[in-house]
Amino acid sequence: MRTDIVDLAYLVSAVGFGLSLKWMTAVVTARRGILAGEISFAIAIVATLINPAITTTGWFLIAVALALGTMIGIPLGLRVPMTAMPERIALSHAFGALAAGLVGVAHYYLTYHSSGKFETVVLGVEVTLGCLVFTGSLMASGKLHEVLPQRPIVFPGQNFLNFSVLGVAAAIIIVLMFRPDTTWLVPVLVVLGLVFGVLLIIPIGGADMPTVIALLNSYAGLSAAALGFVLNNKLLIVAGALDGTSGLILALIMCRAMNRSFRNVLFGAFGQLDESVAESSEHGQVRSASTDEAAEIMKIARSVVIVPGYGMAVAQAQHKVRELADALEQEGVDVRYAIHPVAGRMPGHMNVLLAEANVPYDKLLDMEEINPEFPQVDVVLVLGANDVVNPAARHAKSSPIYGMPILNVDQAQCVMVVKRSMRAGFAGIENELFYNPKTLMIFGDAKAVVSELALEVSGQLSH
Amino acid sequence: MTANEIITSLFVFALAGFLGLEVIRKVPKLLHTPLMALTNALSAISLVGSLVILGENATTYSTILGFVAVVASTINVVGGFLITDKMLRMFRRAPARPATPPAEEVKS
Repeated sequence: MRTDIVDLAYLVSAVGFGLSLKWMTAVVTARRGILAGEISFAIAIVATLINPAITTTGWFLIAVALALGTMIGIPLGLRVPMTAMPERIALSHAFGALAAGLVGVAHYYLTYHSSGKFETVVLGVEVTLGCLVFTGSLMASGKLHEVLPQRPIVFPGQNFLNFSVLGVAAAIIIVLMFRPDTTWLVPVLVVLGLVFGVLLIIPIGGADMPTVIALLNSYAGLSAAALGFVLNNKLLIVAGALDGTSGLILALIMCRAMNRSFRNVLFGAFGQLDESVAESSEHGQVRSASTDEAAEIMKIARSVVIVPGYGMAVAQAQHKVRELADALEQEGVDVRYAIHPVAGRMPGHMNVLLAEANVPYDKLLDMEEINPEFPQVDVVLVLGANDVVNPAARHAKSSPIYGMPILNVDQAQCVMVVKRSMRAGFAGIENELFYNPKTLMIFGDAKAVVSELALEVSGQLSH
Repeated sequence: MTANEIITSLFVFALAGFLGLEVIRKVPKLLHTPLMALTNALSAISLVGSLVILGENATTYSTILGFVAVVASTINVVGGFLITDKMLRMFRRAPARPATPPAEEVKS
């Protein structure tokens, strides 16, 4: 009877999770989705706690642990700046995976006497995934926070080493399947998982982070689902499956937006291209403009499209961008934003940053929406984006980014590129957009340039 | 765990997976970061498993692991929901157009 009530409560929670994601499909209902998620969570926790196996000491420990987690969770949730969102999300993947991994290990030691082969295998996979996502997410977070070098690190035999680690882990799981009492192998499995997580992220460069974070999200979900199989808990399976597919879809979208395969992202170490490719392209004439010239052109434009990239996030220029847009709108200019799917360091990164700066979300356009309109756009302002606007992706078959869908900014009447110097972009590829006769380069720091432009346009700078 | 239970679990997993694919494909790119934060909070439902392990207080070893797991998942749940809400509160529509409408072509 009691288990029936618990199962019923879990069912309600599972439906709630489904609704939560359903409401996430539109901005107007999204916050209702969070509420549904929170209520479902509360129901699940209460249902779990009506368990007679919980001892008095257990109750005390649960209370302490929940309070401690809440105390740490609140500042982590509220005090994080939007620019630090990718590393914050990576960090929370690490926490979730740590929990899943530890529960798996504890469960193994408590039940290995009586568990069947299927449970042992799933538990082994679950522990490996949990540990892998834990260190992998910590590494990703470290790279994003620039505590660790963002550059991909590659060495000979890397893939061989990675697969060997994975192979040994698989072998251990098989041994455990037949000899579950060889419990000393479990810590070895944990260590292998942890090591593999590190190895997996070492060769990943900054521009591939969106895919990898989404993939880690997916793995975290899969480990929760695996735990559900072991504990025979359908709610965990549902939540894990939802999280797993969500991460997978995001990762696929990111891969498609870069015209690359999973295998290529994970084992390709993008950005390690040989210098000869980068150096060989024909240089044309580069035209540069000062901010007051650029401001004059923008003021007489009818339509301006701003293309933000990771450079805007690094310079924290989103608020200044909004000021510039306000000033232009005062002059009667129509200002919109073109967001490439892989701009920034995680899916949707630019949207969140611009929303923080109070840019209305209906001004943020996806690549598919804005691309057909570029020929009618007077001025495009490229801000800290590079490879996603490189026309070479359309025609230069030898280019490493050939075939990648790009924002066709070169079809606009005039393109302005804000850039520190003529250095090549992340992938080390020359951008032929810079040599286009329609292009004006504005050299300088993104934030400084944009705030000067805003002042020029609004006429607050005198000459 | 009986074969029947395993099959039932696989059923649930497969159907939930399809539901996830269909629903999440419809989430606009605009909301991908909040989506990630939300699913991350939801996946911390492994809290349900760690609560039992901690509460049973079976061995010192399992209790320690359970305790750390409960703390870690709680951080994830609380932080995850707060952060998702914080992000979504920032998304807003454009206000009504200013008095002087720009000479803009009609958007196709």
